[in-house]
Amino acid sequence: MADLATTTRSGPGRLLIAVYAVFALAACARSGVQLATHFDRAPLAYLLSALAAVVYVVATVCLARGSRTSRRLAVISCTVELVGVLAVGTASLVAPAAFPDATVWSVFGQGYGFVPLVLPVLGLLWIRRTARG
Amino acid sequence: MIHALSSTLTWVAVGAACWALVLVILDRPPLPGRPDGYAYLGLLVLVELGLLGQAVIGFVQLASTDRDVSGLSFGGYLLGALLILPVAVFWSFAERTRWGTAVLVIGALVVPVMIVRLNQIWTAVPRG
Repeated sequence: MADLATTTRSGPGRLLIAVYAVFALAACARSGVQLATHFDRAPLAYLLSALAAVVYVVATVCLARGSRTSRRLAVISCTVELVGVLAVGTASLVAPAAFPDATVWSVFGQGYGFVPLVLPVLGLLWIRRTARG
Repeated sequence: MIHALSSTLTWVAVGAACWALVLVILDRPPLPGRPDGYAYLGLLVLVELGLLGQAVIGFVQLASTDRDVSGLSFGGYLLGALLILPVAVFWSFAERTRWGTAVLVIGALVVPVMIVRLNQIWTAVPRG
C-alpha cells in the first residue's frame, strides 16, 4: 500500500496538480502585473486577484506534498477557492462597476473556460477519495 | 511578432497535444527508450527551441518598437512560455501512466494559449 503522499500525487492527482500549477502561474503573473503597474485602477479586484494567486500556489504545493498537514491545508485553500469563485463570480455580475478589470474569478472564471469553478470541486473530491485509501 | 513563427508554433503545439491525447487513449506513455517516445520528445524539443527563438525575437522587437506595448506582460509571457514544456515533461515522467501523459496534453495546450495572449498584448492599445 503506497503512502499517503504518493497516493495524493498519483493517477488523476498528477493531472489535477498540473492544472493547479498552470493556474498558480497564471494567477501569480496576472496579479503581479496588476499590482505593479496599475493597482489604483481597481484595488478591490486586484487584491482579490492576489488572494486567488496565493490560494492557487498553496493548493498546488500542498497537493504535491501530500502529507497529512498539507492535505488539510489543501482542503482549506480549495474551500477558500470555491467560496471565492462563487462570491466574486456573483459580485462581478451583480456589481460590475466594482470590477473594472477582470480577475481570475470574474463571472465564475469565464475567461478561463470556467476551470476555476471546477478545479476546487475536483480538488476536494480527490482529497476525499484518497483519504479513504 | 513574427506571424509565421507564432502560427507554426501554435499548430505544432496543438499537434503535440493531439498526439499526447491519442497516447492517453491508447494508454501508451511516450517513454524514452522507445522510438515513438523519442519522436515525441524530439517534437517537444523542437517546440521549445521555437519558443526560445520567439523569446529572443520578441525581446528584440520589444526593445526596438516605438509603440507603447505592455513590456512587463509581454516579457512575462515570452519567458513564462519557456517554462511550460520542461516542467510538464518533468512532472509527467514521474508518473508513467495515462495520467502522466495527460499532463503533456495540458502542457502542450497551454503553449498556444500563451502565444495567442502574446499576440493580443502585442497588438493591444494599452489603457492609461
